[in-house]
Order: sequence, then structure tokens, then C-alpha cells
Amino acid sequence: MIKVKDKLMIGGEVLESRLFTGTGKFSNKEVITETIEAAKSQVVTMALRRVDFDSKEENVINYIPDDSILLPNTSGARTAEEAVRIARIAKAAGCGNWIKIEVISDNKYLMPDNQETIKATEVLAQEGFVVLPYVTPDLMVAKRLEEVGAAAVMPLGAPIGSNRGLKTKELIRILIDEIDLPIVVDAGIGKPSQAAEAMEMGADAVLVNTAIATAKDPVTMGRAFDWAVRAGREAYLAGTGVVKNYASASSPLTGFLKGE
Amino acid sequence: MELVVNGEKEQLKEEVNLIDFLNSKGLELDRLVIEYNKQVIPQEEWKNTTLKDQDTLEVLRFVGGG
Amino acid sequence: MSYYQEYSKFKEFDFGSFFAQITDDDIRGVLAKDRLEREDFLVLLSPKASNYLEEMAQKAHKLTVQNFGRIIFLYAPLYLANYCVNQCAYCGFNVKNGFKRDKLTLNQVEEEAKAIMDKGIKDLVVLTGESRKHSPVSYIKDSINIIKEYISSIAIEVYPMKTEEYKELVETGVDGLTIYQETYNEDIYDEVHIKGPKKNYRFRLDAPERGCQAGMRRVNIGPLLGLDDWRKETFFAGLHANYLQNKYLDTAISLSLPRLRPHLGSFQPNSIVDDSALVQIILAYRLFLPHIGISLSTRESRELRDNLLPLGITKMSAESSTAVGGYARDKGAKQFDISDDRTVVEMKDLLLNKGYQPIFKNWQQI
Repeated sequence: MIKVKDKLMIGGEVLESRLFTGTGKFSNKEVITETIEAAKSQVVTMALRRVDFDSKEENVINYIPDDSILLPNTSGARTAEEAVRIARIAKAAGCGNWIKIEVISDNKYLMPDNQETIKATEVLAQEGFVVLPYVTPDLMVAKRLEEVGAAAVMPLGAPIGSNRGLKTKELIRILIDEIDLPIVVDAGIGKPSQAAEAMEMGADAVLVNTAIATAKDPVTMGRAFDWAVRAGREAYLAGTGVVKNYASASSPLTGFLKGE
Repeated sequence: MELVVNGEKEQLKEEVNLIDFLNSKGLELDRLVIEYNKQVIPQEEWKNTTLKDQDTLEVLRFVGGG
Repeated sequence: MSYYQEYSKFKEFDFGSFFAQITDDDIRGVLAKDRLEREDFLVLLSPKASNYLEEMAQKAHKLTVQNFGRIIFLYAPLYLANYCVNQCAYCGFNVKNGFKRDKLTLNQVEEEAKAIMDKGIKDLVVLTGESRKHSPVSYIKDSINIIKEYISSIAIEVYPMKTEEYKELVETGVDGLTIYQETYNEDIYDEVHIKGPKKNYRFRLDAPERGCQAGMRRVNIGPLLGLDDWRKETFFAGLHANYLQNKYLDTAISLSLPRLRPHLGSFQPNSIVDDSALVQIILAYRLFLPHIGISLSTRESRELRDNLLPLGITKMSAESSTAVGGYARDKGAKQFDISDDRTVVEMKDLLLNKGYQPIFKNWQQI
């Protein structure tokens, strides 16, 4: 009777790795390739930006292995409309049909706009995108996303770049328990142990960017995260042991059955 | 003639082919994303696209992101 | 999609073998978990788990206080009419039972409502037998229109209706639906419902869901304990409640524990549900469904009700009459015997003495 998910499938793809990695904040682009290889990640995110005619910057996709699944994000979008436009551009640019919806109007904490994200998800899911929306962990929002055709839900563990770990742990737990879609914890994971923690809880995958890109040695950190995600997943599948709750003694409640 | 390129107005003497325009900016054409008058144009079409007065052009590329 | 699909997956399940292989470690493992799966619920319903009632009770009590506070909701039933066309082996209002059938006139409905209000009751469940002739939807609707002037929260416990009919009653002012499946076992269901529209198992099974769809704010279900093996019935009822709660997040689902009681007839229970079984049922429900309401009626004796109070109960009836009317006027034939005939005032005092706050009013329709 127990359901155990030991294959992660999103958008029709069976994924080899439950660690998604980002490509932002790296000191140089060559490191990106080495890091992805060390982390063994398969799903890799990137952003779309206007070319700066004055600087010679290369396309990051050149540094992403060919067998990766590209997950462009809609960063920069402040409304559903902008997110939809970016998604369509990314798809037309030949990136595949996966899209991470990131709609943020908050420049202080970079908190996502759940309402606009739901709207964008609905439009893009109908156009055949594999939509992974980035949101704060809200059960009702996640249920709406399920209804409108999201392929997964990406709740934040803590604000982007904060490396603070699973501050929203209890809320994420509720999503894992109640939502049938894959739950990919995104943002805030600062250490491999935190990634393991998310996986032990039953998360389906995690997305890590800042913690790897800004580590002193991103390649080694990428490898550490790979091991942490696998360890966490194995622990979840193995089933954690009985944690004894030492309840304080209180009066018996069923004594009356024995005529006490 | 006047164009809007990446949100900025640009003045050009005359109509120009898109590929020539991009080359004049010193850009690597590989993996660029072009949105011409709100439509994304695949690379095969670039040689057939001529920039005219009042056109809008977005020249985009993929960068690192989370 | 209907609960029937889920029920069908388990109706041929080999409960016996499952129970036989349960170990003490299994039970302890379930007791240590925060979130129980269906399998865990079944472990708690096993014969072996009856050795763990005290541990289950301690946890259930804690969970109930955490989720509901130290409060108990009080309500009363009002039978509007006992005309019934069904021939159900276990029921006092069985069409074959000869007694004078009764039905309140609208004036009498008003008298009863006033009398109930004067006792302090603000949460009423309104009942009728199944008779589209004597107690059609229109009669129920007319009665509700009167009752709502006196009572702030009204539920109905009547024959299963179509969604549109439930909607009509919701618009009239009904906020709750109570409907008991009696038994989830299709064969026994067919056997005990000898004749009449109630024979339609699926229509009844899907009624709680239709209530949710019609906008009922609360839906209360449960088996009539004793018709089939209580471990199975409880399992199916728990799954039914779980199904409804997950699908209709905005409806408050609750479970009741009607146990077969002596009545005007001679039906003998198939399954003995002794007090220890009743306790195990309450505890298993509470641990599997921490947020579900659990309701206890006056079918049970006062001593037992007092003892069951801290185990997970959230709602109790007080000063009930299971005859038609019976609050403003003399009682006639009863559907079942009341065992706890304490008045509202006595119930209030009992609760306060036990450290619970009696709550009469939960909602006000505006």
C-alpha cells in the first residue's frame, strides 16, 4: 500500500539526478562546465538577457553539456505577461519547452509573486510548456498550480541567495504530503546537509545555485551536493527509524474499560 | 530611419540586413536570440530580414541564472 | 470519480492475514509517526493494537486538545417526521413496524424550535424518515425557514438527495449534512435494506460528496456499528472521510459513532462492538485523521460518554429526543432508546467539571 517514488519523472522525462543546478554567480564560465560534471546534475537553469553591445559576453549555453535539460527561467519578469513573453522567446530560441517561472517584483528579498506565477503557469501549460513554477510554499497556491497544469512545484526554502537553509521546512512538508506533483525545493539551500535534509523529508529534487557558484571551490562543492542529495534520497527510501517521544506521565484514560 | 534596439533608439542611414547589422555590432551570431517586432526569428530567417524604419529589435542571449 | 473507486480497491482485501502478521514493533512504529498512511490506520484497528489502547489514548487526547482545544460542541436532534417507506432490518422506523406515524405541522416546528432554543441549543440536526410524500424537500425547506429564526446552525439528516436538492437547502440556510452509510459492505447492505429506495447503495455512498459539491460547510458520516465487522467498517469510514477531506478542503468533515441499540424490532448485530472496541475506533480515527470532528450521541450511556470524552470526541448531543418533536410536547415512538438523558444544563456542568468549555454556537449565517 505504501507509495514509494524512486524514479523522478517530470514533463515526460525520467531524470537521472535529483540535483538541479543553476549557472548564475560563477566567477567564470569554464567553471560552470566542470561544476555541472562534478555535480552530475541534469537539469540546468539559465536566464535570458539583452545583449550588452559594449561587452563581449558569451552565451552560457555553450558551457552546458549537450545532454543536459535546459531550464530557462523568466527572471526579470515582474508580471505574468512578461513571464509568458520570456518563456515563448526561450522556446523559440531552441531551448526546449521547459520553463521555470520566476515572477519577482521585490528587489529587496526577491520573493516571488505567487498570483502572477499562477497566471503565467496556466497560459504556458496550455501552450505545451513543461512548467516549473517558483513560489513561496503555500498549500492553496500549490493546489491551484496543480489544477492549471504545472509539471512540478518549486517552493523556496529561504530567500534567493540567502543560504539560510530550510526556513520554510514545515510549509514544504505540507506540500510534500498533500501535493501529487514533484516538489523541487529551490532557493535558500546553503549547505549540502540542507539539501540532504530536504531530500530526507521527501522532497523530489532540489535546485542549488548560489551555494555552489559562490563556494571557494565550486567543483568540489558541486560534488558534495551530488552526494548529499543521493544520501538524503536513500535515507528517505529506507524510512527513518522510530523516534521515541518521551511523554510525561499522566493519568490513565482507558482504565475505565477494566473497571478501574 | 529610426529603430528601437534593446529598448534604446538608434538612428540608421538606411535599411540594412539583420545579419549585417549584428555583425556591425561585433557580435558572435551563434546562440543569439532575436525578437524582431515582437516575434522571435529563427536563425535561418535572419538573412531574409531587413531592418526598416520604426522596427523594434531585441537582441538577447542566455546568461547564467538560478 | 467517487469514493467507490477507492473502496473497490480494498473491498476484497484480506484483513485477516494482514492483522495476523502485525507485530508489536509495527504498532509502536505507527504510534511514533506524525502522519499516518492507510496501512497505519489499519494497524491501529488490529486485534493486537487493543493491547495498546492506553498509549493510543494518550496520543489521541494530546492531538485532540492541540487541534480543537479544550472545547466540546453541543447539539441536539429534531425529528420532523417519521414516515418512512424503507424496510430496514435494524431501524425502529422500519415501514413494517406498526406505530402511529407522526409529522410536525409548521406551527409545531416553530414550537419545537422555540423550546429547543430556550434550552440553549444553537446547533440542530433536523431529521426525517424517507418519504417523498410526507416529508418532501419542500416540507424540509419550509421547516428550515422557520427553524433558522431560532437556531443559528442547522444540519440535515434525511434521505439521500440529488446535488440540486442539497443546493436548494444550502440556499435556504442549511450548513451541514449528516448521512450514515450504515454499512460499507455491499452484500450486507443489500441484506439489511430489504425494500425501498434506500436499497440503492451507490446513491447513498455518493451522497456526502454531493453535499460537499452543493456547498455544505460540514459533512458528517459514519457506519452503523454492528452491521459488519467493526474493524472493516471503521477502516472504510476512515478512508471515506479522508477522501472527502482531501477532495473538498473547504468542507469540515466529521465522523459519528452510532452503535446498534435496542429498538422496536428484533434485529441482532452481526458484529459485537463492545466498549473496548468503541474506544479503539475513536482512537484510531483520531490518530489517522487529526483534524476530523468526532461526534457522540445519546445512544451511549452517561458513564461511557463521560469516559469517552477525553479520547478524541469533539461534539456531543444533549437532552435529545428521537421521537418526532419531543421538546415542546410529549414524546411518541422513538427511533432508538436514549441512554443518556441528561439535560443541557447537566451536560454543561459535566463538561465544565471535566475541564472542557461547552460551545453552543460555532457559526452565524449572515
